[in-house]
Amino acid sequence: MAPDIDYLALAPEITLAVTAVVVLLLDLFLPRRQKYWTAIVAVLGVSFAALPLIALAVSDVGDRAMLGGSFVVDDFALVLKGLFVIAGYLVLLMSVGYVESDRYYQGEYYFLLLMSILGSMVLASSRDLITLFIAVELVSQPMYLLAGWRKGDLRSNEASLKYFLLGVLASALLLYGMSFVYGLTGELTFAGIAAEGAGKAGEPAFIMAILFIIAGFGFKVSAVPFHFWAPDTYEGAPTPVAAYLSVSSKAAGFVALLVVLYSAFPDASGVWGPAVWILAALSMTLANLTALRQTNIVRLLAYSSVAQAGFMLVPFAAAATTDAVGLGEAFAATVTYIVIYAFMNLGAFAVVIAGARKTGTGDIEGWGGLGSYAPALGALAAVFFFSLAGIPPLAGWIAKLVMFGAAMGAGSPWMIALAVIAAINAVIALVYYARVVKTIWMDPVPATAPEEEVRTASVAGSLGLAIGLSAAVVVVAGFFPSLVTFFSDATKVLAGG
Amino acid sequence: MGWFDNGWGLSLIVFLPLAGAIGLLLTPRKNEAAVKAISLLFTVATLVLAVLMAFRFDFGNANEFQFGTSLTWIESINSGYHIGVDGISLPLLVLSAFVTVLSVIYSFNHWPEPHNPKGFMGLTLVLATGMNGTFVALDLVLFFVFFELVLLPMYFMIGIWGDKAIMKIPGFNREAETRLYAAIKFFLFTLFGSAFMLLGFLALYFKSGEYGTRTFDIPALIELAPNFTGTFAFLVFAALFLGFAVKVPMWPLHTWLPDAHTAAPTVGSVLLAAILLKLGSYGFIRISIPILPEMAKQWAPAIAILAVIGIIYGSLACLAQTDMKRLIAFSSVGHMGFVMLGIATMTPVGINAAIIGMVAHGVITGLLFFLAGSMSHRYHTRDMARLGGNMKIMPIMGGILGFTAMASLGLPGLAGFWGEFMALFGAYSPLAGLNTTLFRTAMVLGAIGTVLTAGYMLWMLQKVNLGEPSEEWGDQHFHDVDPYEMTAWVPLVVAIVVIGVFPRLVLGATNDAVVSLVTKAFGG
Repeated sequence: MAPDIDYLALAPEITLAVTAVVVLLLDLFLPRRQKYWTAIVAVLGVSFAALPLIALAVSDVGDRAMLGGSFVVDDFALVLKGLFVIAGYLVLLMSVGYVESDRYYQGEYYFLLLMSILGSMVLASSRDLITLFIAVELVSQPMYLLAGWRKGDLRSNEASLKYFLLGVLASALLLYGMSFVYGLTGELTFAGIAAEGAGKAGEPAFIMAILFIIAGFGFKVSAVPFHFWAPDTYEGAPTPVAAYLSVSSKAAGFVALLVVLYSAFPDASGVWGPAVWILAALSMTLANLTALRQTNIVRLLAYSSVAQAGFMLVPFAAAATTDAVGLGEAFAATVTYIVIYAFMNLGAFAVVIAGARKTGTGDIEGWGGLGSYAPALGALAAVFFFSLAGIPPLAGWIAKLVMFGAAMGAGSPWMIALAVIAAINAVIALVYYARVVKTIWMDPVPATAPEEEVRTASVAGSLGLAIGLSAAVVVVAGFFPSLVTFFSDATKVLAGG
Repeated sequence: MGWFDNGWGLSLIVFLPLAGAIGLLLTPRKNEAAVKAISLLFTVATLVLAVLMAFRFDFGNANEFQFGTSLTWIESINSGYHIGVDGISLPLLVLSAFVTVLSVIYSFNHWPEPHNPKGFMGLTLVLATGMNGTFVALDLVLFFVFFELVLLPMYFMIGIWGDKAIMKIPGFNREAETRLYAAIKFFLFTLFGSAFMLLGFLALYFKSGEYGTRTFDIPALIELAPNFTGTFAFLVFAALFLGFAVKVPMWPLHTWLPDAHTAAPTVGSVLLAAILLKLGSYGFIRISIPILPEMAKQWAPAIAILAVIGIIYGSLACLAQTDMKRLIAFSSVGHMGFVMLGIATMTPVGINAAIIGMVAHGVITGLLFFLAGSMSHRYHTRDMARLGGNMKIMPIMGGILGFTAMASLGLPGLAGFWGEFMALFGAYSPLAGLNTTLFRTAMVLGAIGTVLTAGYMLWMLQKVNLGEPSEEWGDQHFHDVDPYEMTAWVPLVVAIVVIGVFPRLVLGATNDAVVSLVTKAFGG
């Protein structure tokens, strides 16, 4: 008997898959000078994928589960799918000018990017270990290739290889941990694991399985000590790909962590809570201290994104010591942080792409005086970097607020200690974020800066659109945080809150 | 005028400057006339509304929040857009709107380098929204946002338009321009304090009830004050203390202040001294004391001791300065020490003293920074050893400087007198239960501080104003006060005299509110 398929629930994924195939085929038939059509089709396809999401959001059917509960479209899945679509859309916009100008293989580039977005969409709905694993791999595999897309550049080769080797290691750890879980519970769906595993939280093998899974996802979200690939990969990869890695791919890792930990191991929060506590504290502190010494702007953003991952992990640690309500709050706090982080970090990367073109360098020192010859870009850079630092009235502050809230709400001394660590780290982080803004606005134009035409050349339209959209969200959500918290509140269903 | 009274008037006072900043954003950079017109229009409109509010204020019910509104803002954490003014915040709100207008007018003829009126005015306007908003916010999250909103504009003001002299960075074997060092130091110190302040706010939120009834609302939390006791309250008070004490600034967290004040452009220094410092002391009065009265009482001796150290240390540091602007900056440490001493007494007299002290310090030190800015604009130096005989070179400016210095040292009949006198008076008999000996010792030391204040102010006058002009100025021509300066300064001079002669102007508004605050916090 063929399983029941709810085609509307699958429509976003189907749209993306079809678009990806169309892009690949189109690339075969297009003459070299018209390859830009692949970009247009890709952007249109991602836009169309958003339509069924809206239809699903307003439909009153409620949660749609199929394939024996392995694939579920609930509010959590919808919100995160929406985020992945928007983030993917912004990365596509950032890619257009970048890929065109450097004669990349455009068709294949967009095909791979679309496949990765497809993976993240499936991930948000996956509710069993196998679907989850396949989705995670579908997010990562295209990225191994895209990281090495600048074939002529050795650093890009290094980026790809490093990411590939460590990514495969992470996948192995993940599978190993999952096999333990399956062996111990005989279940693959998260609901089943939660039911079967309720009494097993104390078994060494079960604890080991959870730790393996956390380690595996630790690589994906680049938390310390699993972050070593991130700076080199970000620096070597094409910048839009780095942006995607730091936002969508990282968010995918977090979504996987959220669904696995909260819905498959709710009774073992005493195991994973402390483990995540350590990851969070290490990620924030070590990444921030290392970021202080960076001179390359992409590497700086790489360490910054590791530190931000630490902030996002803080609410997880709270789950171990809190009640059911607090669990929901912690869950929503991470989602809020991810959503806001996506926009501010994509914006920061988009500004970096535009700024690197104008200044001709990725060295922060070379960006001196950017504010004097490109005031709009300089102002937007300040918006994104100070938002990352969490300074009101930019959206980053509400992300920090809910994160601190989750930690303080748990109330245990360990969580308050973590909140204090996070507070000190927020101050340390300001030093390096402000240093970029200082260079842009307060330093003189260096002698090495390119000539006038390059500096004042206008930013590519699609890139400008990406920057403008991100900035609008960052500013508006800073004044009206409910725009974001409304959605993250809806996701609490998954934590039972 | 229904609309004016039920929140719109107050919201306009807060957000008109921000609207002006958005207007400036859309104005071409080259069109300076439009930039000036927009910034003047929006700040004057704000001041008019603030003055109108002062006239419509019901002084018979000064202890109640008026002109307020309460709307849902962030539903998921039950944080609201709750605003309102009472007798405590009204004088500070008017002061803020008042000084902003004068700063804008002064700027018209004194654009700091690099010349960029659009950017400079835009930041001033954003700053105004942050300052006004802090004084009217009645929700902790809203308060936090406004409190932090002032950071970015001030950071850019100092960093872009600040002092370009090279200095050695203490503790590092490196040199940097003063503006860069001062800007980031200001930012880091304040953020460090406010990060902990935010943790304190969250702790109060979670203690305020069960899920669903938790609140960030300041009046609601004041009602819940008896629930906040023990170690919990002690730690929360400590967290809030860090946030507010950095801003005031209290010794030993004051070190950002001399650097920031000295490096900032004139208008930046004025706004920093006149308004931004008050955000900290206002926080103590609005949040720390009423919500955590038990702890306030427990911490009072420590606050008094730090305040007195601030007074003495600030005064002594002034005597060691060679830079006129830096001297005025250190004088702020001393003056804010008196404000904090007043607050530490936890009595109506002391807290009234603190508020009138804040207003007086705002107008007096604001004017002093204007003067210091204009003088260094003309002499191209702030080194007091090179200045001298200013009375002979620019008699009007010298006269105003003399007058303001007298006001600053607390001459009776001028605004500065009341804050210092009443703070000392309050310290004689602090709240029942506080250590009288300690506070009386503080009073004596504070009184010595007033003598030292007189000492350094007169010393500065002697160095700058009196004597014969140095030879290097001999054949130069100096413009005395220009019309823009006159327009900006005369209102301040008038305010200093009026508040000095007629302190009821401030105390009439504050007294009922302060008495009710103290009664509620510590019982009749």
